[in-house]
Amino acid sequence: MVDQAEQLDSEQLLYMYRKMVTIREFEEAAGRLAEQARIPGAVHLYAGEEAVAVGVCAALDPTDAITSTHRGHGHCIAKGGDVKLMFAELLGKATGYNHGKGGSMHIADVDIGILGANGIVGGGPPIAIGAAFAAKYQKNGGVAVCFSGDGSTNEGTWHEAMNMAALMKLPAIFIVENNHWGEYTRQEAQGAIPQLSLRAASYGMPGITVDGQDVVAVNAAAREAIDRARRGEGPSLIECDTYRFYNHTGMSEGDARPREEREHWRARDPLTILRGVLEQRAILSGTGADRVVDDVRKEIEEAVRFAEASPEPDPADLLTDVYTV
Amino acid sequence: MTTTAPTGTRELSYLRAINEAIMLEMERDSSVFVAGIDLAARGDVFGTTAGILPKFGPERIIDTPISENAIAGLAIGAASRGLRPVVSLMFMDFIGVCFDQIMNQMAKMKYMFGGKVTLPLTVLVNAGAGSSMAAQHSQSLEALLCHIPGLKVVMPSSADDAKGLMTAAMRDNNPVFVVLHKRCARLTTLVPEGEYIVPLGKARVVREGRDATVIATAYMVHEAMRAAERLAERGIEIEVVDPRTLSPLDTDTLVASVQKTHRVLTVHEAVEFGGFGGEITAQIAAKAFDYLDAPPMRLGAPFSPVPYSPVLEREWLINADKIHDAVVSLVEG
Repeated sequence: MVDQAEQLDSEQLLYMYRKMVTIREFEEAAGRLAEQARIPGAVHLYAGEEAVAVGVCAALDPTDAITSTHRGHGHCIAKGGDVKLMFAELLGKATGYNHGKGGSMHIADVDIGILGANGIVGGGPPIAIGAAFAAKYQKNGGVAVCFSGDGSTNEGTWHEAMNMAALMKLPAIFIVENNHWGEYTRQEAQGAIPQLSLRAASYGMPGITVDGQDVVAVNAAAREAIDRARRGEGPSLIECDTYRFYNHTGMSEGDARPREEREHWRARDPLTILRGVLEQRAILSGTGADRVVDDVRKEIEEAVRFAEASPEPDPADLLTDVYTV
Repeated sequence: MTTTAPTGTRELSYLRAINEAIMLEMERDSSVFVAGIDLAARGDVFGTTAGILPKFGPERIIDTPISENAIAGLAIGAASRGLRPVVSLMFMDFIGVCFDQIMNQMAKMKYMFGGKVTLPLTVLVNAGAGSSMAAQHSQSLEALLCHIPGLKVVMPSSADDAKGLMTAAMRDNNPVFVVLHKRCARLTTLVPEGEYIVPLGKARVVREGRDATVIATAYMVHEAMRAAERLAERGIEIEVVDPRTLSPLDTDTLVASVQKTHRVLTVHEAVEFGGFGGEITAQIAAKAFDYLDAPPMRLGAPFSPVPYSPVLEREWLINADKIHDAVVSLVEG
């Protein structure tokens, strides 16, 4: 992995570290707010999977599109989302990204290509290929990334989208975050094969499995797939082997997953792995890394304060934005 | 038509009218593209898109796999990125294959995002029984779509309205379902040449009358008109009103007609139970109750899947005779 890391300059690595820390701190704070019932709805935390979103999105331009999932906070932050507007949305406030009409599972920032988190497993893939089609139609060199979980690969929508993207040679990249659990059931008990990248072969597109805890590896694979898409050579599938640190929803750890398994993956924390690279290359010392965390914590605290101080939606706005008028 | 066509109009079929609307919008706006099964090379199994491929090329009219989810998603994603897609799902029954994309994605995206996305897309579907296509290729499912906030639903009955509503749908900045009826496809009217728009949400009084209002949709407008002729022989003059757009519904025009005639029958081909006629009836009951001289009536198909046998299908379908008899009982008690 050191080889791949050397392709990235210190600025890129620091950028990715800060983004990953931001996601972690955002999720920890969101989890606490949910436990305290200060967030009215459900939150699906991305902690543990930060390297996937950040590794991929660091290879994208702001004009590229992504579709996300119910576990979408990480994708939003990695693509450039504003944590103040995100927290405000989680709290259902008027200042939130969606003016309090979407919440955690629908955060979107269309202006920077975030076509929304999605409450439906497999809801995003067809939309992603529509965005990829638009880039091809407009000949703007753009790509669309479809983030989805292992569960979505058992949805028909994912397969339809994969097939159509390959058939039309659309500039799409399918990122499968295989965190090995679909809700409370093991991936192996839901999917006929454990290695999901093999499914790419059915659609004649390249498919690889990468270490989803290693942001450098994810980024290298993403860059290759994105370059290929921009060259007009069609879609790719990247399976990222990863794990969520928390339960399907919220922060409670009383979940179906064995303690040893959770400890194994905790020991493969993507933040720790990147921190090792930064220290090894003398880009950041241990105290330097701590300073990043402190900085981000302040930013997150400020964002939560902003959200809490923000006004509730006006009931008079209940019926606005059902239609474009 | 025996009369000379007024300047700027000519006789055109309902299907050719849709085709003309699509082509004119494609000429006018390069962000319009068309995608669906057998639309390009074949010109659609119904003929709706014939001639578009040679004129606009394969970049603007795309044959897709038989993947309704991917087709619907293609429209949603492309519309969210600034294009104006027109997609066809062929038979209306096939909305069932991709209902998540329709109901949970297309319809809700704007609202869920706090208004920050615009989805100017048009979905063509072909509804209607009458040709022994049986239960999965014959349904009129407009009520399902009308129940979902965020969608608009139009249902033209005539060629001129088909052109005007299709143009309006394609220029609208929301997801609009254009529900075509198979038995209307070859019917002709005089259709204006060039740009022609029928605004969404405006009903049409197809025939004026004093004794009862018959609110009918799609092919039922024609059955109602046939019933009107026989009723006139009996001295009953019905007013036939075609809502044309079901969502948003032009309740004002429907209510005004009932205020004039004091009696109302709603007719649609879809099954009566849970059908859109229930909504129309409720609106009229709420807004024109004091004007009603008789309880509002509804007429829709019996509550069964559409049968295959021509004998059974004829039994199932609403027709002019059934409308005639319903109006007689409505007016004469």
